[in-house]
Amino acid sequence: MSKKLRTLYEKIWDAHVVERRDDGTCLVYIDRHLVHEVTSPQAFEALRVAGRKVRRPDLTLAVPDHNLPTTARRDAAGKPIPIADAESAAQLDALTRNAHAFGIRLIGDADAEQGIVHVVGPEQGFSLPGATIVCGDSHTACHGGLGALAFGIGTSEVEHVLATQTLLLKQSKSMEVRVEGDLGPGVSAKDVVLHICGQLGAAGGTGYVIEYTGSAIRNLSIEGRLTISNMAIEHGARAGLVAPDETTFAYVKGRPYAPKGADWDKAVAWWKSLATDPGATYDKVVVINAADIEPTVTWGTSPEDTVAIGGVVPAPESFADASKQEAARKSLDYMGLTPGQKLAEVEVQNIFIGSCTNSRIEDLRAAAEVLRGRHKAANVKWAIVVPGSGLVKAQAEAEGLHEVFIAAGLEWREPGCSACLGMNPDKVPAGERCASTSNRNFVGRQGPGARTHLVSPAMAAAAAVTGRLTDVRELMR
Amino acid sequence: MTPIKHVAGRAIPFGRKNVDTDVIIPSHYLKTITREGLGKGAFETIRREPGNIFDTPEYAGAPILIAGDNFGCGSSREHAAWALLDMGLTCVIAPSFSDIFSGNAFKNGILTVVLPQEAVDRLIEVAQTDPIDIDLETQTVTTPFQDRFTFEIDPFRKACLLDGLDEVGLTLAQGDIISAHEAGLRAQLPFLASANA
Ligand code: SF4
Repeated sequence: MSKKLRTLYEKIWDAHVVERRDDGTCLVYIDRHLVHEVTSPQAFEALRVAGRKVRRPDLTLAVPDHNLPTTARRDAAGKPIPIADAESAAQLDALTRNAHAFGIRLIGDADAEQGIVHVVGPEQGFSLPGATIVCGDSHTACHGGLGALAFGIGTSEVEHVLATQTLLLKQSKSMEVRVEGDLGPGVSAKDVVLHICGQLGAAGGTGYVIEYTGSAIRNLSIEGRLTISNMAIEHGARAGLVAPDETTFAYVKGRPYAPKGADWDKAVAWWKSLATDPGATYDKVVVINAADIEPTVTWGTSPEDTVAIGGVVPAPESFADASKQEAARKSLDYMGLTPGQKLAEVEVQNIFIGSCTNSRIEDLRAAAEVLRGRHKAANVKWAIVVPGSGLVKAQAEAEGLHEVFIAAGLEWREPGCSACLGMNPDKVPAGERCASTSNRNFVGRQGPGARTHLVSPAMAAAAAVTGRLTDVRELMR
Repeated sequence: MTPIKHVAGRAIPFGRKNVDTDVIIPSHYLKTITREGLGKGAFETIRREPGNIFDTPEYAGAPILIAGDNFGCGSSREHAAWALLDMGLTCVIAPSFSDIFSGNAFKNGILTVVLPQEAVDRLIEVAQTDPIDIDLETQTVTTPFQDRFTFEIDPFRKACLLDGLDEVGLTLAQGDIISAHEAGLRAQLPFLASANA
């Protein structure tokens, strides 16, 4: 009997199907559920109204991140400093109350492990290869960097998972994005994923789960793979995946929630078996040459609006599609850019190094490397470094990275989402530019009227030094 | 959820095309922690227009909204459905809906009815003066003037709406197959079956 050849995605999917219905809808088991304060209050409220319980509080982990201020949260006496915004405070308070009421572990703002859910999950070993992982947040795809099937869900689905530990889903199509070759100097995982967004377009992956393969992906650390998978949604895919390998196992081993003893060996054997079978086919394959990827920036208001740092702002007429021409015109107007302008001459007033895309230790090391012994330019008014978690912060401090940032004139903050979406007080002023390591350059994302240029951590650091978008390779020693 | 068999009453003849969820409920209302109370922010920008349809007294408390093509496009915020419910709406009729919005509407017990543009135009005309009647059982929309339009609906969604069944309730009724799956996980993949720090 010959067995059907399957992709990594199909193997994880099949292992989690509880029931398959005639119309193709499947009841899918969810192994891990991360909960934050913004998309969960109404889900808990609905459970309460219906008198329902959380089926598996032990598979659920609550972490506040979006609304938390990144300035000091305790005063000198260790007392919590009240949060000024009443609605932010109410959301945070609701998460604490709901976690207690429903018996869910909360990693609260006073805990050393607190951080952005997508940084905390992998860091705690809560997110595992081969697991199905959900969170009420579209960047949940991030955990796919470990080889987990992870995707964002809406509030009704959060409620469904809390109550039943399952979701009703239809299987997506599969796509392989293969990046072959060696990345050049100064080119990071962020540049790779920005390049992919540019190649595929913001909707290119719609309806697909993407597996990132190829030697350039294999050679990345887990931090880099998380960065790539994080932005799967920015090229339309609900989830991204990188097959678990020795790099993955080494990363997961020994983390607080990681399997131990005999379970560990069982886990590794299973994880190894998940790799896409040789000869299995994907519904679509895209091949990218790593040597073609340069340090990349965005010029517009969609993550697909990418260009190599040596390039110029494109003319709207250069796009084939009429609706894209119109969108580009609007983007350039919003961004205050003119066609033909060199990206490397665009001045920036703000620098944001953080977000679930780029706030892990490797990101901070890359930024510090560029900033060591240098100082931010005079025209850069606001520059903050926001570690992804309390543990990343502690590690960075142990390595002295915070001193590099502070000496360079950047602010060293407490962990959280921060200026990625400006739900807390960290916002970019209207009309000003920000070189940002986050994942969305949408209109108003970093604050009303804010102009975002997405870049890698090293590129953000380079922009801080020169006060304009800069090719980091010029500063490399 | 409240079962929907029949919706009858005044219908707000809105008719505008491409109304996105930011128009239905602006983003500054997203920091709430309840589903209730969003009605006050619904269609805020439109309500600033003098003489707008939403504040016309004869449509106060109308259970039906007639919209244009692509209703509910844009961000996936479920607040859009909560805002409509909070306004007292239980049915929206339009030539087309965004997929995410119609999913969210369904999950919250709002019936979305897709009809051809000509039928929608006729209903907008009727709604100026008279009530409209929607019968989910027979999948028809009728008016006091002998108009009769039939619509399609996914049989699963129809059954859920008719019986007031929510997806969570339905899945909970399948607790035994979920338990069986968990038992299988404990035996085969114990490291996934539980999470212990
Ligand atoms: S850092 Fe940004 S993208 Fe990531 S979870 Fe927070 S708000 Fe969302």
